[in-house]
Amino acid sequence: MSEFEPKIVAFVCNWCTYAGADLTGTSRIKYAPNVRIVRFPCTGRIDFMLLLKAFSQGADGIIVSGCHPNDCHYTSGNFHARRRWMAFRNLAEFMGIEVERIQFSWVSAAEGAKWADLVNSTVNRVRELGPYDAYRQMAASSWQ
Amino acid sequence: MEALQKSAREALENHKAKVIIGYSEGSGGRMRPIFVQSPAEAEKLTWNDRCTQNLAVYIAKPEVQKLGKPALVAPLPVLRAVLQLASENQIKEGDLLVLALSDGRVTELSQFSEMEEFVAKTPTHLASKDQEAIERLEKMTPQERWQYWQSELTRCFKCYACRAACPMCYCSRCTVECNQPQWIPVPAHPLGNWEWHLMRAMHLAGRCVSCGACGDACPLDIPIHLLTMKVEADIHREFGSQAGMKVQSEHALSSFKVQDKENFII
Amino acid sequence: MQKRSIRRAQINVLLEKLLSLHQVIYAPQKLGNQVDFAPLRDLQDLTLDHIQTVRSAKAALFPPVEELLRYQRAGVETELQDRDLTNLAEQVLFGTRPCDAAAIAPLSAVFTTDDQDAIFARRLERTTVISVSCERSDGDCFCTSVGVGPGDSRGSDLLLTRLQDDEYLAEILTAKGEALLQLAPELFGPEPAESKEAHLAKVQKRFDWEALHDKLAGAFDHPFWLRTALACLGCGACAYVCPVCSCFDIQDEGSQKKGRRLRSWDSCGLALFTLHASGHNPRSIQSQRWRQRMMHKFSYMPDQLQQLGCVGCGRCSRACPADMNLIEQVENFLFA
Repeated sequence: MSEFEPKIVAFVCNWCTYAGADLTGTSRIKYAPNVRIVRFPCTGRIDFMLLLKAFSQGADGIIVSGCHPNDCHYTSGNFHARRRWMAFRNLAEFMGIEVERIQFSWVSAAEGAKWADLVNSTVNRVRELGPYDAYRQMAASSWQ
Repeated sequence: MEALQKSAREALENHKAKVIIGYSEGSGGRMRPIFVQSPAEAEKLTWNDRCTQNLAVYIAKPEVQKLGKPALVAPLPVLRAVLQLASENQIKEGDLLVLALSDGRVTELSQFSEMEEFVAKTPTHLASKDQEAIERLEKMTPQERWQYWQSELTRCFKCYACRAACPMCYCSRCTVECNQPQWIPVPAHPLGNWEWHLMRAMHLAGRCVSCGACGDACPLDIPIHLLTMKVEADIHREFGSQAGMKVQSEHALSSFKVQDKENFII
Repeated sequence: MQKRSIRRAQINVLLEKLLSLHQVIYAPQKLGNQVDFAPLRDLQDLTLDHIQTVRSAKAALFPPVEELLRYQRAGVETELQDRDLTNLAEQVLFGTRPCDAAAIAPLSAVFTTDDQDAIFARRLERTTVISVSCERSDGDCFCTSVGVGPGDSRGSDLLLTRLQDDEYLAEILTAKGEALLQLAPELFGPEPAESKEAHLAKVQKRFDWEALHDKLAGAFDHPFWLRTALACLGCGACAYVCPVCSCFDIQDEGSQKKGRRLRSWDSCGLALFTLHASGHNPRSIQSQRWRQRMMHKFSYMPDQLQQLGCVGCGRCSRACPADMNLIEQVENFLFA
C-alpha cells in the first residue's frame, strides 16, 4: 500500500478554482502532484457523468470545485450545481459508490493555500482508502 | 367500475374527449391499456390493483395524438404525471381530460387547478414495499449496496422498457442515443448498464412521480424504480419540492435557494 | 435415434459429471420470483417445474454483448486481431423446452445463410442441447400454432420427457446426444415401455401460420397496424426475450489508437433502430415498427430463409409491459 499513489481528477471552474490553483503555483506553495485538473467554464457545466467516467478510467479520487456561493461568474451556476451534487451524491451512495472519494469544494481565485490544502487532504484520504479497484474492475469486466 | 364506465361513456357522448385511455383486463391476468373511441366500448374499462402502468406515457405518442383529445383514466400517479408534464410545457390546459380515481369514485377534471387540488388532497407516500426496500438498502454497508446493485444491474439487457414505460421519458432523443461521441456505452455490459441506470435516475431527479411503472415494466424484475424513488425522496426532504404537484412550480434541479444544504462541501 | 430411460437423480449425476469436465451448463434456475436461464453453479438451484423461463437460451449462442475483434494502431497501419475462437468453452443447454430447441434452426439460418458467422458457428458446434418436454403449458404458449410441439425433438441432442414420478424417457437424437450417453452409459436404463405422448402438455392450436403468412404478404398498408399498435410502448422487451430475434448493433469501444468492436442486441421495436444519419426515419412511428416485427417473423423469414421466425414460446406476451399478446394480435389480424 505504501507504493500506492492515488490518481485524483479535479473538475474545476475557470473563474475561481482554476485561477486559485494558478495562484497556488505562482505563490510557490508545494502540494501533492497527484491531481489532474480539468477546466470547465462553470461548475454548472460539470455533468455528473464526468465523475463516473473518471472512476471508470482509473481515478481513485475526484475533486469538484468552483466559486463560492454568490461569487459565480454566471451568477447562479454554482447554486444549480450544488443541488445536483446533493442529488448525485445521495444516489451514488445509495448505489454503493464510495462517495468519500469525491470531494466537493469552493475555492476562490484568492485561495491558493486552500487549493493546496484541499488537494493534500483529498490525496491523504484517498491514499488511506486505497485504489478504487471495485469500480475499475467493474469497468474492466466490461472491456475483457 | 360502473362509475368509471359511465363517466367515460358520457365524456365520449358529450364530445368532451375523442378517446378514453384506460385499463382493461388483458391476457394471463395482466392488465392492458385500451383506447376507447366509442361509448359502447366503455364497458371494457376497469380498474384494480394490477393497473400499474402509467397511462400518461401515451400522451406524447404521435399515433395516439392523432385520435384527438384524450381522457385519461387516472389513479394518482397518472394524475401527477399529467401535472408534471404540464409543468414541463409538454401539455397545455385543455389538451386533455382526466378521469381521476380515488376510493372507488370517479372525478372528471379538465382544469389544471382542479387537478392540483385533487392531488393536494391525496396522500403521496410511497407504497410500503418500496419504502421498506429503500430502507433495507440504506441500512446496508456501502459494500453490500455496491454488491446488490452490481448483481441486479448486471442482469439488465437494455431493452429500455423502463424508459418506454416512463411518462417523463419523453425526449425524442435520449442521452443513450447521443453517439458523437457515444456518451453512455450501448452494449449491455456491466459499465454500460451501470451508467445507463444511474443516468436515468439522475435525469428523472425532481421529475419522477414515483409511480413505479419502470420497475413493473422490467421483464427481468430489476427494482430500478427504487433508484428514481430514492432520488425523489431525497429531493423532497432536502428542497421541499415534489414532482407532479403543481403546474407553476420551480423544478428542483433548475432552481435553488441560497441557503440550500452544503454540509458536504468544504 | 435410440430411446433409453433415466431417473431424475441420475440426471443430476450426469450434470455433475459435465460440470466436472468444465462444461458451462445453462439451466433454468429460480431468481427471485422468476425462473431464468443462467450458468449453473450448484445443482440445488436447478428447477424443472416451471412452464417457461423469462429469457430464452438464445444468449448462450448469441450473447447480448460479444467482442468481434480488437484493433490497434501501429504506425500508419491498423492491426486487426480477430476474436480467438479456440478458447470458447464447451457448453450444455439444459432444460430448454422443445420450442427453444426448435428456435436454434431459425437463429442459425440468420447467422449462417450466405455468410458463415464464425463465432456463432463455433459456439453452436460446441453446444449440446438437452431439452425437457413440456408437461404443462399456459395461455401464452402457442407452439402448436407454428408447427412446434411440446414434445418435439428438433434442435435437441437429447430430449427428456417425464413419464412418471422421477422416471424420464431419454431420446438420444444426434451424435452429440450419443456422446452424452457414452459419457456415462451406466446412468441410462433400457427403453421404457410407455410412449411419451400421454405425458405431454396439451397446447391448443390457436391459428394457422400459413394463412397468416399468406395474408401478411398483402398487408403492408393494412390499417390494422395503426389500430393495434396503439398500446405498444416501443421497447425491446419482446425481442430480447425472444429465442429467434437476432438483430444486433455494432459498436466500437476504445480510442483511435486501440479498442474493440462489439456486437450487441438491438431491436426493431426501438426508434433508433432505423434512424438514418440524415435524421430521416423510414419507420417513423411505432405501428410501423410493430408491423416490422410481425412481418419479419411470419413473412420475410419464411420467404427468405425458409424458416418461421417464431416458435410459439409465448415469452413476448409474458414480457410485454403493455400486454401486446401475440396470439391475440395474430387472431385479430386474421379476422381484420
